[in-house]
Amino acid sequence: MSGDAFRLDARRFGQGSFCSRIHWRHGLWLGLAFFGSLAFAYAQSEPEQQVPSAIATLILWLPFILKGFGLNLLMSFIAMAAATVLGIGLGLLQVSRSPLLRAPAWFVTHLFRNSPWLVILFMIMFLVPFEMRLPGGETVRIPDWVKATFAFSLPVMANISEILRGAINSIPKGQWDSAESLAFTRGQTLRWIILPQCVRRAIPPWMNWYALLALATPMASILGVREAVGNAQAAMEAAGARPELLIPFYLFLLCLFFAYIYPIAIWTRKLERKYVVAN
Amino acid sequence: MLLQTNSNARGANPQTNWSPDMPIISLRDVHKSFGAVEVLKGISFDVRKSEVICIIGPSGSGKSTLIRCINGLNNIQKGSIKVEGQEVNDPKLDLLALRKKVGIVFQQYNLFPHKTALQNVMMAPVLVLKEPKREVEERARALIAKVRLQGKEDAYPGELSGGQQQRVAIARSLAMRPDIMLFDEVTAALDPETVKEVLLTIRELAAEGMTCILVTHEMGFAREVADHVYFTDRGVIVEHGPPDQFFTKATDPRTRQFLSQIL
Repeated sequence: MSGDAFRLDARRFGQGSFCSRIHWRHGLWLGLAFFGSLAFAYAQSEPEQQVPSAIATLILWLPFILKGFGLNLLMSFIAMAAATVLGIGLGLLQVSRSPLLRAPAWFVTHLFRNSPWLVILFMIMFLVPFEMRLPGGETVRIPDWVKATFAFSLPVMANISEILRGAINSIPKGQWDSAESLAFTRGQTLRWIILPQCVRRAIPPWMNWYALLALATPMASILGVREAVGNAQAAMEAAGARPELLIPFYLFLLCLFFAYIYPIAIWTRKLERKYVVAN
Repeated sequence: MLLQTNSNARGANPQTNWSPDMPIISLRDVHKSFGAVEVLKGISFDVRKSEVICIIGPSGSGKSTLIRCINGLNNIQKGSIKVEGQEVNDPKLDLLALRKKVGIVFQQYNLFPHKTALQNVMMAPVLVLKEPKREVEERARALIAKVRLQGKEDAYPGELSGGQQQRVAIARSLAMRPDIMLFDEVTAALDPETVKEVLLTIRELAAEGMTCILVTHEMGFAREVADHVYFTDRGVIVEHGPPDQFFTKATDPRTRQFLSQIL
């Protein structure tokens, strides 16, 4: 990714980002595809055999899959919170005046921005021990989903760091000049003048990264975390691994994530437009 | 009068042997480079209290750099700049004290866009000087009235014209109760019809005895308000004098050429 990929020209966010030119009718198409596939699966299943239909199987396993989806949401919330806190810290270090702070922050940011999420996930899974000894002598097991959450927060942290750096650098130099001439220190200038102006600019890309993060959480199923996709696969196994289950189950997962992410994408888009107008 | 300045109250400064009857600003052989480019090549002049100084000259002659050096926004490589006897070029300088004394207004206004006009004026006294909010607000409202913007207290900079923004910027600087005001081409980015209202504000300040240094292209205004005019070109002062003499009897060919182009 080129260096100015996150130069915050608000007009650019919409184009090429995943939520470009979205409309409610896209959701409608997806819903139609889902119910169409159900009808297709129903037509394929032979009624004389004493197995439940694909729909019945799906409905039977619905609570199990939704419980898994709850874990997807939980992982996305915690990872985003951690990524935001760490990313802001890293971003501030990136604009520090001391090269001793700036250089490592730059390195960490670019390392995690430019690595495949799956590789980061595997590394964290195998590097972080499955249990940890507390100073008191007790051992605490670290669940896999916690490790996965930590792994997902790293690339998002790096991108938030870069969003913040870009936002700070996009504030005109004159703002620093006038703050300095009014006797604000560098810290006070950041706190009262620069960062408040960055928030508006950074929120749409921040939301964009949340959406990408939430969509990445099913990767954890590869490592046995019992989230929605992993649970759906387990349910299909349990129901006899019949091929006609595949399309309805996966389409259902698609609809589930879509129903959650799509409103976020539309909201992000609205905010982007609003800020373009406001600027 | 709104502009109670600090210097009267402060009077003589025992630490620097400065007293109000000495020059309030004193520049000696100031050199400033950006990398290999030397922008100021030995500038010296004095400004007395309540004097109005205009610095004119072609673009790129170092005028803006010069006044940015006076309040320490740019550092200098050689020479001395003293404000009320205090050396600006001293690494141990108390920057807060200097910036309370010297206000600056920029060509591009540089108001804080996320704050209203009133908040812009109040911010530095409240957050930096830690003065009581109620007191500052009273003073800020009075300053906004002074620059003729009553009713615009709650407007955001984006809702104001260039001239109005520039007057808020002047009020914002005055809220720090400076002894000296620096104006860096404050009308250069304005529409002709709003230039007048900004110049009016500056003229009033000058009439109240504020020490002012203006970098300007408004020759008519310079002639009218200045006590002394300096013409700089390529980093040196080419010619200077009281405005009547400067604008009519300039001797240096460079000055004459510049004036003939601009007048």
